[in-house]
Amino acid sequence: MQYSELIPDDVEALQAIAGNSHVKVGDAIHDDYMRDELALDLYRPDAVVEPKTTEEVAAIMSYCSNRGIAVTTRGSGTGLCGGSVPLYGGIVLSTARMNRILDIDEKNLMAVVEPGVLLMEFQQAVEERGLFYPPDPGEKTATLGGNVSTNAGGMRAVRYGVTRDYVLGLEAVLADGTVMETGGKVVKNSSGYSLGHLLIGAEGTLAVITKITLKLLPKPERQVSLLVPFPSLEEGIRAVPEILAAKEVPTAIEFMQKEILDAAETYLGKAFPDSSAPSYLLLTFYGRNMVELEQVYDRVAHVCLDAGAVDVFIANTADRQESIWETRGAFLEALKAMSDLEEVDVVVPPTEVASFIAYTEELAAEYDVRILSFGHAGDGNLHVYILQDQLSKEEWQRRAEQIMEAVYRRARKLRGQVSGEHGIGYAKRPYLRASLGETQMQLMRGIKDTFDRKGILNPGKVWSSF
Amino acid sequence: MNIVVCVKQVPESRDVEMDPETGNLKREGAAAVMNPFDLFALEAGLQLKERYGGTVTAITMGPPQAEEVIREAYMMGADDGMILCDREFAGADTLATSFTLAQGIRHLQAVDLIICGLQTTDGDTAQVGPGIAEFLDIPHETSIQKIHGMDEDGLRVEKDMGHVVMDLSLQLPTLISVAKGVNQPRLLSFRRKLQTRDWPARYLERSDLDDHKEAFFGLDGSPTQVEAMFPPQPHTASERWEGSSQELADRLVQLLVEEKFVQSGVDE
Repeated sequence: MQYSELIPDDVEALQAIAGNSHVKVGDAIHDDYMRDELALDLYRPDAVVEPKTTEEVAAIMSYCSNRGIAVTTRGSGTGLCGGSVPLYGGIVLSTARMNRILDIDEKNLMAVVEPGVLLMEFQQAVEERGLFYPPDPGEKTATLGGNVSTNAGGMRAVRYGVTRDYVLGLEAVLADGTVMETGGKVVKNSSGYSLGHLLIGAEGTLAVITKITLKLLPKPERQVSLLVPFPSLEEGIRAVPEILAAKEVPTAIEFMQKEILDAAETYLGKAFPDSSAPSYLLLTFYGRNMVELEQVYDRVAHVCLDAGAVDVFIANTADRQESIWETRGAFLEALKAMSDLEEVDVVVPPTEVASFIAYTEELAAEYDVRILSFGHAGDGNLHVYILQDQLSKEEWQRRAEQIMEAVYRRARKLRGQVSGEHGIGYAKRPYLRASLGETQMQLMRGIKDTFDRKGILNPGKVWSSF
Repeated sequence: MNIVVCVKQVPESRDVEMDPETGNLKREGAAAVMNPFDLFALEAGLQLKERYGGTVTAITMGPPQAEEVIREAYMMGADDGMILCDREFAGADTLATSFTLAQGIRHLQAVDLIICGLQTTDGDTAQVGPGIAEFLDIPHETSIQKIHGMDEDGLRVEKDMGHVVMDLSLQLPTLISVAKGVNQPRLLSFRRKLQTRDWPARYLERSDLDDHKEAFFGLDGSPTQVEAMFPPQPHTASERWEGSSQELADRLVQLLVEEKFVQSGVDE
C-alpha cells in the first residue's frame, strides 16, 4: 500500500478545517501518539489532528481521501493490540475534543455521546441520574468510541453482555467524507443489513464514528461481592457451572491467583483482605435490597462450599467491596510494573478455562518463562501474560512467539476465539487469519473494499497484512 | 489477652437527612453499617488474639437493630458480644456514651485491652475512646498507626503525629484508638455466619450496670446539647481556562504557587 506523505499544503488545509492549534506536526507530536499500551514499537504520524465536530471530521476525510493520506482514529490510546497506532504514518485523528455527552434521555433510557467521552465520565454521569451503563472494561480512561470500535467487554459481561449489546445507533463518517447514520433511538431494528454492527469492533478500519446512541438500564440499588478461596484454581473453575446452575446469575465471575494478588498488593502498597488460598473466585451480585441479596448469596455460598471452597467471604458494603476490587483493578498495572509483557486475550468455552490455564502452566515450565493469568471465569475470556523478566528482548520474543502459537492453537482446538475483548489491532493479525480461515478473511476484505475503496482508514489492521 | 472492641452502627451514607427540630440525624430507614473505623479496631483485636490467645468481645450501645453489628463482629471472628440497649440511653452525647460503655466494660471480667476506632463517621468527635479510658481510670493513646505487639513493657504501638512518629509502650490494661489503615480488615466469613447463627448477644440495660444513677445516662447525662444543625454552605467554584498546553500549564503552576499548594522553585 502506498500513501501520500503530508506536505506543508496538507498541513495548511487541515489547519483550515480544525484550527491551527488542533493540528500538531513534528516535535509537537508526543510519543504517546506513536503507540498504545501495547508499546512495542513507535510509529510516527505526519500529523495529529483533533477535530471538534462531525463536519470537521467529514472535511478531513474528504481531504485525505482525495490526497490518499492514511487516517488512524485514536481515542485515549489505551488499546492493547496496537489498533490506534499509525503503521503507515499519515494522520492520527484524535477524538479527544469530541467529548460531549449530548443527551441522557431518562424517558427512553438512552444516551447520545460523542466518541471522545471517557467511559468513567459517562458511567458517573448516568449513575448520578439513577441510570446504569453495564459494559465495564477495566480501563476506565478509555473512550466510548474506542470501546465501540473494539467491542469492549469487561467484568459484567457474564450477566449484561458487551458493548455491542448497548449500541443502538451510530453516526459515522465514511472514508470519502460522507456522513452516515445507522440505527438510532430505537430499541428494535430489522431494517436491512446492520451496518452499525459492522462498525462495532471494526477498530476504525471502516469509518470514523462521530456519535453513539447507547442503551441504558435502571441502576441496581445494591450490590454484594463474594470472595471465594479455593484450594486450587481447578476446583474454583469447576464451581462456576454449579454457580450458574443455581439460577442466580452473578454480574461478574472473576478468577485470580495468589501470584498476581501478591504483585498487586506490592504495587498498591496495600494488603488484600485474605491471603489464605492459592486461588480465588470473585463474584458480584446486583439486587434491589440487602434482604433479597442475602438470600441470593446464601444460596450461592452453599454451592461454593459444596464445590470445595475453603470459605466464602462476604463484602456487603462499599468499603469492603473497594478493598477487593481496587486490587483486582490494579492487576494489569501491577504486572507491567514487574516486567514487560506479551498478552493473550483469548476466549474459550467457560467450561474449558481450568484446562486452558493448566496448559499455559505447562508451557511456562517448558519454555522457562513466567506466564500469569487472570480473567473472566464466567464468560471464558482469559488474560494470559507472558513475562520478559530477566530474558533479553530477542530471546523473550522468540519464546513468546512460540508460546502464543501454541496457546492460539489450543484455543482453536477448543473452538475458542483469538480475542475476547481487546481486538486484533496489528499484534494479533496472524492468529486471526489462522483462526477464521480464508473464506471469512475474504468476506472481511470485501466489506473493507466496499466501505473504504482506497484503504486509507487505519491501514494494516485487523484482517490485512502489513 | 482479653480484648474488648467498641463498635457502633452508623448510617451507611453520609447523606443522611437531619431533623430540623431536634437537630438529630434521621437514622430510621437509612441503611446501616458498622462504623468503618471500627473494622480496623476489630481486625487489630482479632490479630492480637491470634498471636497471644484470649478472647475478643465486641460491645456496642444502641437500639435492638444494633445487634447486626455484633453479628458482623461474630462473622469476622469475635467470641462474644454485648449490646447496651435501653431507651434511657437515647440522646447520649460523648460523655454519657463513654460512661455507659465504660460501665458495660466493667461488667466484663479481667479486660486487658480496649480497642476503639479513631472516630465514627456520624459523629467525628474521636472523644468516646478517651472518655471510656478516663472513666475506667486506665491509660490510653489515640490515633495508633501501627501495632507491633507485646514486649516486656506492654503493648508496643506507633502513633504518627505528622511531624513526629512516637514509638510507645503501653502497660495493660489500656485503651487505644486506631487510625484508618492500621491494617486491612478481614471480610465477613460465611462459615462463621453459619457457625454463629444461634449465638446469643448479651443485652444489658441500665439496671444491670454497677453504677446506674439515671442522671449519668442518655439525655440527662449529656452536658452537650445540640442547638441547631444545618448543612454547610457549599463553596465550590470552578473556572474554565482555554489556551495552549504551555499557557495552561504556566497558569496552573502560577495558581498553585499563589494558593500556596507548592513553593516556587525560583529564588526571588
